[in-house]
Amino acid sequence: MKLVYFAWIRERLNRSGDEVDPPAEVVTVSDLLDWLADGDESFALLLEDRKAIRAARDEELVDHDAPIAGAGTIALFPPMTGG
Amino acid sequence: MPRVRLQAEPFDPGAETNAFLKGREETGAFVSFVGTVRSTPDKPVTSLTLEHYPGMAEAQITRFAEEALERFKLTDIAAIHRFGTMKPGEVIVMVMALSPHRLAAFDGANFVMDWLKTDAPFWKKEAGPQGENWVEAKATDDTARDRWKS
Repeated sequence: MKLVYFAWIRERLNRSGDEVDPPAEVVTVSDLLDWLADGDESFALLLEDRKAIRAARDEELVDHDAPIAGAGTIALFPPMTGG
Repeated sequence: MPRVRLQAEPFDPGAETNAFLKGREETGAFVSFVGTVRSTPDKPVTSLTLEHYPGMAEAQITRFAEEALERFKLTDIAAIHRFGTMKPGEVIVMVMALSPHRLAAFDGANFVMDWLKTDAPFWKKEAGPQGENWVEAKATDDTARDRWKS
């Protein structure tokens, strides 16, 4: 599964994405965030304020309780500020 | 089909208006919104950089434009959004709505802008004398969007 990051999430991680293979018990976006935080100190710091993280599954906005099974790309980014 | 365009290059809202309105004898109301980079004496900005999620950004704006077309029975709608770095006064975004009557045209343009600001994947970073900072999302923008949910 491909992860892509935007805005300050990308800057703080110092990379625009990762290729990951989470275990089967990682079911939702929320689980994925926990799993990422467990394995990476910079993620743990970044995810302290979960409400500030938005997610898209294959370019569709999803809530943190959305399943990730079968997803090609999960994008993680802060609240959007276009227009 | 709404026309949605994302581009790094500047564009001329006047030329876009004329092109959009050409040959539209059967509609009576045109509304456009143009958003520009703001810099004020108490909050000076030297440049604004818009990051976007290619593909998804265009898909989201197209979705909102299609919803507006259907919901407000518009004749046509179009949106142009820039990404990359721009200077104060430069155009960031333009939405154009066309309908037989003015209320629907106002509502259509408003609807697309309200959804675009909170649900299209763009992120603004301001640069000024104090350095650079990511612009924080405003709760009032969520409220503006949510009024269309009923």
